[in-house]
Amino acid sequence: MKAISTKHALALVLSASVLAGCASNSTTDDAATSGADVTPVDQSGGVEVSAPGEGGSLTTEEMAAQQAEMERQAKEKEEAVLREIRTFYFDFDKSAVRPESRAALMAHAAFLSANPNVNVVLEGHSDERGTKEYNLALGERRAQSVERFLVVNGVARTQVEVVSYGEEKPAATGHSESDWAKNRRVYIEYK
Amino acid sequence: MQNRSVYITVLLSIILIAPRISIAELMIEITQGADSAIPIAIVPFSNKSAKPIPEDIRKIIAEDLQRSGEFDPLATNRMLSLPASAKEVYYRDWRLLKQNYLLIGSIEYSDYSKAYKIQYQLFDVNQQKRVVGEVVSGDDKSLRDLAHHISDAIYEAVTGIRGAFSTRISYITHQSSVNGKPEYRLQVADADGRRSFTLLKTSEPILSTAWSPDGKKLAYVSFESGRPAVYTHIIATGKRQLVSAHKGLNGAPAWSPDGKSLALTLSKDGNAEIYRLELATKKLTRYTRHYSIDTEASWSPDGNQLVFTSDRSGSPQVYRMNIYDQSPERLTFKGRYNARPRFSDDGKSIFYVHQSQGAFNIATLNIDTGSELILTDTSLDESPSLAPNDRMLIYATQRGRKGVLAVVSVDGRSKYLLPAEFGDVREPAWSPFLK
Repeated sequence: MKAISTKHALALVLSASVLAGCASNSTTDDAATSGADVTPVDQSGGVEVSAPGEGGSLTTEEMAAQQAEMERQAKEKEEAVLREIRTFYFDFDKSAVRPESRAALMAHAAFLSANPNVNVVLEGHSDERGTKEYNLALGERRAQSVERFLVVNGVARTQVEVVSYGEEKPAATGHSESDWAKNRRVYIEYK
Repeated sequence: MQNRSVYITVLLSIILIAPRISIAELMIEITQGADSAIPIAIVPFSNKSAKPIPEDIRKIIAEDLQRSGEFDPLATNRMLSLPASAKEVYYRDWRLLKQNYLLIGSIEYSDYSKAYKIQYQLFDVNQQKRVVGEVVSGDDKSLRDLAHHISDAIYEAVTGIRGAFSTRISYITHQSSVNGKPEYRLQVADADGRRSFTLLKTSEPILSTAWSPDGKKLAYVSFESGRPAVYTHIIATGKRQLVSAHKGLNGAPAWSPDGKSLALTLSKDGNAEIYRLELATKKLTRYTRHYSIDTEASWSPDGNQLVFTSDRSGSPQVYRMNIYDQSPERLTFKGRYNARPRFSDDGKSIFYVHQSQGAFNIATLNIDTGSELILTDTSLDESPSLAPNDRMLIYATQRGRKGVLAVVSVDGRSKYLLPAEFGDVREPAWSPFLK
């Protein structure tokens, strides 16, 4: 759950910087142009905002551009964090992408469509229940659902390969409902 | 596409092993016997030569017949006499012990021919007459074969049905090896689990083993290249052939009854569909056309029909299709999950995996009468495979946290387990008759 907390932290950063900008009306931040962190965040989650620079106040346009740039960078960061989520889970005998998978899959799609030279393998899996060959086909159908999601969101078909392992490579080797839930999955592997 | 090159360049940690005996054999544990089993006294075979006999022939025969669920062999310590020839048989003794049949025999080793000669005779205790008898011979290595041959003869003489004790089974074992990598083995053993040997060892999954109708080859799915592909493998020579490696799924091989084709599941045209691959010409014929999953085909004995799994109704169910008109007809209606059907050798029934109340069991359906029977009662039973005489069925189940093989009679009345010493055992397939 590390990914989630980082994501929240970034969301905080984003809103905090926007607020700070409004309050001081004169925020300058070298980081915005240097490509480093937008705003340093301390361990307690508090926010440090740099003091107004010597350059005096900015025009509305400059401010808007700066804000847009910060927002873009924050979004990029958020997407990078979301892309750390690479395993997507499914219901028993189902291959529909769950609603909670969409945000992270959108982040993967955005990255892949922006980087057409990057390829992924979508590994489809099932739990151990039911028959092995049906599960191979089910694992493939799950991976194809994810493939379709990516393609609809701008990824080229040639960037994506689908492989199903069915029930052969469980993530959890137990035989309980929670083990099975962990095994009904698609994993995105970057090549 | 880059996929292709990856597919080819993935190097395989795969070792082909010439058939050899391995130490890890399956054991037998009888868990349920039929009440109606026929009492039979199998007298220890007398040794007429000085050389000790390396196999206990009586024990092999008694265990074969007991495993079938149709015989109840008498313990030797309850026998009143141990006749070795017809003139030593007193029917009264065996009637007293409530035995229906009596099997006696002797073994003789010839230094000259380096061969064993086994003579046996079966008597009907109630009718007081000899039913069958024979002299068979072979070397050290064929003693177990000779014993299974006698079991077959006794079984057929009493039940009228051909015995399947001289057949083999194949199965997959899975365990973690020393370096932590998984190790999968394709094994072949006698029907009683003995004399097992390894045909293939790889760190990637193997599944869906199918025997060719002549019993000489296996087809299976191996992930050794990193992707599923179908291979055929000659058991005696170890010679293998890659027969299907299309993009996507290559699975569920099933030999046509003439041995010339394989039914396969391929997804090269988008999703899992059933095809026929003619092995000599590589010609592919597509049999199913549906956006749902179609897989796990099994041929009818006449080669005119296929039964298979499809989820076109919304959940996996068993369908039957004539290969010439290709219009599927649904066969199973009870429950949300019925899959991986296998035709019986007489073509009248199918055996498949059925889910009820959360458990997956082996069930059978008489296609003509529509009568269904659930044969097993554990929770994760799969991969049913029938003995060629349609009397017993081997399947995979779980015991504790381990995969084990189990056998059940087709009436569900007798059962036994074939656990291995270590690792998981799965994907059993019963061979056809071998002679």
